[in-house]
Amino acid sequence: MTTDRKTLLSGFMPWRTSTPETTKATAAASNELTRAEPALRPKGDDMNEHIVKSYEDELALLDRKIAQMGGLAEHILAQSFDAIERRDPKLAEQVVKADKQIDQLEREIEEQVISMIARRQPLANDLRHVMAALRVTGDLERIGDLAKNIAKRALAIAHESHPKPLMTGMRHMGDLALAQLKEVLDAYAARNADRALAVWRSDEQIDSMYNSLFRELLTYMMEDPRSIGLSTHLLFGAKNIERVGDHTTNIAETVHFLVRGVNIADDRPKSDDTSSTLFSKS
Amino acid sequence: MLNVEPSSLQRATAQAPHLQEPKVVAKDVSVYYGEKRALFDVSVNIPDRGVMAFIGPSGCGKSTFLRCINRMNDTIPICRVTGKITIENEDIYDPSLDVVQLRARVGMVFQKPNPFPKSIYENVAYGPRIHGLSSSKAELDEIVQKSLERAALWKEVKDRLNDPGTGLSGGQQQRLCIARAVAVNPEVILMDEPCSALDPIATAKIEELIDELKQNFCIIIVTHSMQQAARVSQRTAFFHLGVIVEEGNTEEIFQNPTDKRTQDYITGRFG
Amino acid sequence: MAVETAPMTPDSALSASRKNEAIRARIKRRYSAERRFRAYGIAAILFGLAFLVALFSTIFARGYTAFQQSTFTLSVVLDQAAFGSSAPTPSELRMADYTKIANRAIQQALGVDPNNKADARAAADLLSQNADTQIRKIVTADPSLVGQTVKVDVLAHGNVDSLLKGQFDRSVAESRRKLSDKQLGWLDRAIESGILTKKFNTGLFTYGASSKPETAGVGVALVGSLYMMTIVLLVAVPLGVAAAVYLEEFAPKNFITDTIEVNINNLAAVPSIVFGLLGLAIFINFMGIPRSASLVGGLVLALMTLPTIIIATRAAVSAVPPSIREAALGVGASKMQSITHHVLPLAVPGILTGTIIGLAKALGETAPLLMIGMVAFVVEYPSTPMDAATALPVQIYMWATAAERGFVERTAGATLILLAFLVVMNVTAVILRRRYERRW
Repeated sequence: MTTDRKTLLSGFMPWRTSTPETTKATAAASNELTRAEPALRPKGDDMNEHIVKSYEDELALLDRKIAQMGGLAEHILAQSFDAIERRDPKLAEQVVKADKQIDQLEREIEEQVISMIARRQPLANDLRHVMAALRVTGDLERIGDLAKNIAKRALAIAHESHPKPLMTGMRHMGDLALAQLKEVLDAYAARNADRALAVWRSDEQIDSMYNSLFRELLTYMMEDPRSIGLSTHLLFGAKNIERVGDHTTNIAETVHFLVRGVNIADDRPKSDDTSSTLFSKS
Repeated sequence: MLNVEPSSLQRATAQAPHLQEPKVVAKDVSVYYGEKRALFDVSVNIPDRGVMAFIGPSGCGKSTFLRCINRMNDTIPICRVTGKITIENEDIYDPSLDVVQLRARVGMVFQKPNPFPKSIYENVAYGPRIHGLSSSKAELDEIVQKSLERAALWKEVKDRLNDPGTGLSGGQQQRLCIARAVAVNPEVILMDEPCSALDPIATAKIEELIDELKQNFCIIIVTHSMQQAARVSQRTAFFHLGVIVEEGNTEEIFQNPTDKRTQDYITGRFG
Repeated sequence: MAVETAPMTPDSALSASRKNEAIRARIKRRYSAERRFRAYGIAAILFGLAFLVALFSTIFARGYTAFQQSTFTLSVVLDQAAFGSSAPTPSELRMADYTKIANRAIQQALGVDPNNKADARAAADLLSQNADTQIRKIVTADPSLVGQTVKVDVLAHGNVDSLLKGQFDRSVAESRRKLSDKQLGWLDRAIESGILTKKFNTGLFTYGASSKPETAGVGVALVGSLYMMTIVLLVAVPLGVAAAVYLEEFAPKNFITDTIEVNINNLAAVPSIVFGLLGLAIFINFMGIPRSASLVGGLVLALMTLPTIIIATRAAVSAVPPSIREAALGVGASKMQSITHHVLPLAVPGILTGTIIGLAKALGETAPLLMIGMVAFVVEYPSTPMDAATALPVQIYMWATAAERGFVERTAGATLILLAFLVVMNVTAVILRRRYERRW
């Protein structure tokens, strides 16, 4: 099973073989795929194999697909950041295209989950496994959509000048979101609830970064009304990144549920107060 | 159903069985067949008005334990039971307690439908008759009708009460057996894999019946079907090699068992 | 993961076809072995059937004539002179010389001159020696017949009977024949005129022991057998069923019960003559019950049947599925109730079958009865089981040793009667089993 994995992955991920303009982020994302490989054998050492071999195979396939989907989501998210930063319409279009692949994978996983529930009636950790797969898939699909959305905004503002400080802020936020996503996918692959919990806690950082970016953009727009168009696009981009963070925490919650069998008990720390800062004029 | 947050499900069901006094309490029950020990210090509390499921691989002792509760094991000469089982704080292994009296309080439904080779009426009337629960024919008729109604069989057989019980279909026979058990108005009903010989529709009918009966009886069911245990029971105990490995609310057992053996068994990973 | 499928090389294809050939050859051998085995089975059955047919046909061929008896239909003159008065007293009726009346009647019928002493004697010899009893019976039953001439069926002598049944060889020299030429002539004429005919032999069923074949019957033996069967039924069935139920349901499994079980099974295989010895020692010598009494015979046969009934009952009881017992116990029946209400009713067909088979075996048993002196020449019907009696198979045995020609067919005829009883009993067993057999 281990031998045919590379060929299988290369079929799904053409960028693994040819990396034309890999930035740091996409390279990291590709690395992530390599690291995500343990997900192909998610059963810990303490887990016996199923008596029904095909059941085992199906569960493994589910994880493999999620790993692929996660890798893909990371990849296009990084690409969408690059597209905004470098004002690269071509890259942005690639992202839009790649999102279709994610949607396709989501459909496949959904179908498989439904068929497994119908045929195998999974119980206990298998049930959580299948349900987690469904939830993670949903979140990843949304992250793909958000990446696509960011890419579209990159297309829209491709020909405008980008104010440096704002772009740096965006980039930071994006990198953080990407790192979180990577981490949570790792946690999923490794079935590590503690790491997931850490991701879940640190979403606060993204929220606060979004807060400050929000304020900054507001100030910027007030100072220079001509930049309202650009700023709005950037604002939505930032919002999308913040949403990616939310989906990442969702995945973290799912991982926690998958491993421990219970939902995270306490409320998540929240720092997004932008909904109440609309009229604040510092 | 599955999308409901597990924690809220747990909260909803966790309280009910715990709050009330348990109906059947087993403490350190061990069973020996000659030299061989079949049960090792089994202790469990079984709540009233609910369904308790025993699951576990074959030969794990779940049926043996079930048969301790109405002392059916007494019929096996080499079988020896130690420990204490009480029903409503009354020790059922007390020498002064009459085992026939006990079995009137603890009804039993068996794996294979086993109606007497007599008429449907006689099958149901047998228990009340030997226990003298009715003083007249009219009273007996009423008991029979009520029992058959409770077993959801009355509509199907009311016009042929004098037909042999063995002429019914498997599912009907099993419901007849349930009616027979219900007729003596027991407190506890033991069911030893009641659906293992039935088709899915008949099984569903029995499960629906169990759901009804749990309003009035304490039901203990041994089953090999995990799904069935998950469907009908509120609490589940997992037996393995003569011990209760894990016992708890059914949702918990089937969603997030704490013991690895339970997990392996219910997910089909037993080595 | 990938399924290893070795490519089909010409070499392996060759070996595959060779394998197929080997398989085909083996299948052929297997089929022929099966056919051979079936043929052996059929041959064995045919062999057994052939013997059965031979047995039945010989018995039937020899025995069916016993159900007919040659009878003279005579006009008997009940002359008042023979009785002393027109209204004779009972003692006069009894004492009258019926032999003379009978003889006169036959002489008249054959047209023989009563004054020719030799001829008169020869004619009288054609009648059964029991003829006088037959006429007496008619007259004592209806004294008003005195003074009249009545038509009476009188048994012919055994020799005449043989003649009518074609068992008489006329070619033998007259001096060595039992019937002279003259007698044969009379008889031929009698047959022609219709006064000598074969009639259904009711006497076979009603008469007791007799030294004359034409007046010998199994009536007394039947009554004796009936007494004994009743005793067997009353003694062996309750004892056997009780013992079997105890052993099967209540007895603990230990060395003692195991020993008892083994011994019951052995007892069933003990030669029946041993039971006869036992009966002789215990019932007659020790308990002082009279010899030849059907009570003794019944008790001995009951002892002999007991193991059969116990074994059959145990089998029937243990064949009742445990689920029925469990069901009964489950609703709170006591052990006793579960047995009497459920187990025994379900075991009844088996018990009945075992009982009837046991009875049939007892009915056909001879050896133990010989030991307790039931080989008696009993003429009178036994009125109680304490009276001397004989049994059907013993009667057959006794006739088989008798010398007279007429007893040969009686032996076979009685055997047929015995066989008929056995068949009836076995059929009853089958019917009962069918009737009471229930599904569970």
